Amino acid sequence: MAGGVAALGPTQALGQTSPFGTPLHDNMPMSDMAMPTTPMIKGTKELIEYGQRSHFVTSMRMSHPMGGRPSPDMFGKTFHVASPLQDSVGVVTPSSLHYFATTRGAFVPDIDPKQHTLLIHGLVDRPLTFNMEDLKRLPSITRLHFIECAGNRHNGRQKNVQESHGMTSCAEWTGVLLSTLLKECGLKGSAKWFVAEGAEEVKGASSMPIAKAMDDCLIAYGMNGEAVRPQNGYPLRLMVPGYEGIFHTKWLRRLKIVDRYYMNYNDYGHLERKPEEAALAFQIGPKSVITHPSGGQQLPGKGFYEIKGLAWSGGGAIRMVEVSTDGGKKWNRAEIKGTAQRMAHTRFGFPWTWDGNEAEILSRCTDEIGQRQPTRQEVAKYWNVPFERNYRVPGLDNSVMPWRIARDGTVTNGLA
Amino acid sequence: MGSHRLAAILVLLASPALAQSYGIGRTPTPDEIRAMDISIGPTGEELPEGHGSAREGATLFQAKGCVGCHGRAGVGAMAPQLQASKSQDVPIWERGRGSSGWMILPLTAPYATIVWDYIHRGMPLGKEGTLTADETYALTAYLLFLNHVIPEDQVLDKVSLPKVKMPIGDDYARLPEWKHGTRRLQGYPY
Repeated sequence: MAGGVAALGPTQALGQTSPFGTPLHDNMPMSDMAMPTTPMIKGTKELIEYGQRSHFVTSMRMSHPMGGRPSPDMFGKTFHVASPLQDSVGVVTPSSLHYFATTRGAFVPDIDPKQHTLLIHGLVDRPLTFNMEDLKRLPSITRLHFIECAGNRHNGRQKNVQESHGMTSCAEWTGVLLSTLLKECGLKGSAKWFVAEGAEEVKGASSMPIAKAMDDCLIAYGMNGEAVRPQNGYPLRLMVPGYEGIFHTKWLRRLKIVDRYYMNYNDYGHLERKPEEAALAFQIGPKSVITHPSGGQQLPGKGFYEIKGLAWSGGGAIRMVEVSTDGGKKWNRAEIKGTAQRMAHTRFGFPWTWDGNEAEILSRCTDEIGQRQPTRQEVAKYWNVPFERNYRVPGLDNSVMPWRIARDGTVTNGLA
Repeated sequence: MGSHRLAAILVLLASPALAQSYGIGRTPTPDEIRAMDISIGPTGEELPEGHGSAREGATLFQAKGCVGCHGRAGVGAMAPQLQASKSQDVPIWERGRGSSGWMILPLTAPYATIVWDYIHRGMPLGKEGTLTADETYALTAYLLFLNHVIPEDQVLDKVSLPKVKMPIGDDYARLPEWKHGTRRLQGYPY
């Protein structure tokens, strides 16, 4: 304890008054005052100005995947970082724990918002340049949306849900509908695609259908009630709800309206031979995972547990989540907490009494357009290939994730 | 119809604000757009003046430090492989991947413009956006030559580059048309 604070005994505190004007502790006997009390968190200028979590809370992001490129590296570059889903509650990922990924250069630009503009040009009647103030004058919307990286795949090697599913997060995004801006510019009849481009070192660019732009894309300047964080695209990010993460162009500086698929920079990774594989690597499928109990956790003993998890889909809102506690023989309907939002993490819960025997717990979800999350065996059957333990799901991996609970309460990867 | 109402309609029809609801944002100059528009599409209509050949590109591949990450002649280093290791009679989808699993861009890109765009915006590491148009044409030519797509003496410019026939031809997937409420893949039950 700092010297000045240590010198203040309980008696000095007696003269202090509460915010309501009445003296504190006046009615308390001295014996109570002398009891050991919970240590105080001393208010600092920094803590007053911008809050911080308790030092007892140690939930942290980590480099992804295991054994991959570290973040930060020796040059301060950041690559892929996964969110600690095992500790998550509710549906909002705190901005400080939101997953992020950068492409090749792993370069996070430090952008002065006063200098930043968004140019919209190409097949429009009126090309327009908006600065940040312009964008904040326009009608805004606020929506909850997940973003998931295409690299969010699971297999038998991961030990916990952060390693297996941590490249997804969900935040409340605020900004202007892209359709509002495109109507201001006036789309020409030949407009079929658009290219979105960031301001980072490689000017990362992605091509997307104009129908998506006019449907629900969002030009976001707000994230969880404050400005979008630099790692997530400050000052401006394109949200493409339900599409894989790389399309959600960060540090957005330009939108070019075009008549065909441009295949610029980030698109190249989507080159596939089979149309089926290309289609399954574009919009995120229905997906869920149990976050508690999950790999690496320890059940203290038999008895009641609410099985908790997250479900999401690029196809819309989650309609139903089912949980199995017997390795997938019987599926039970789980409770959806609150109202499921379109293309947003949805929290589910299922009451379970563990009898202390070995168990395998799984979840699966169904979205509003009737797509249901498959098991790996079901996917293999659809493609008419023999199922093997290490079967790799084509396209984005939205297959069911099993967790195995041993008699001693340890939880491990059910695919291992 | 009252004359006031008629006048109001005439004003609306005459005003450019008719289609623009908010009047927010400014009109960029053509020069501003040109300076920012680095997207090169398959037709190559955005390509700048300039030219380059594989011979010039081979020199630049050394001079610009490309070899440091990609290896001599684009093989055998940390960054993605740029020249196929397998012979030309191996089908494109079998020889198109480098040893690390990444696609070899100057071999498998469906349009040569994609290679130009990629180099111009994203290379070299740490000095992105510094290559001139001539340098980018030359490096593109060199990488296409290494993969037997064009002869060593072919000069690439804004006319010849979009005409380069890439070996992948039509043998790649087009993305499905997207509509609100679209399933990932029609007929796919999941």
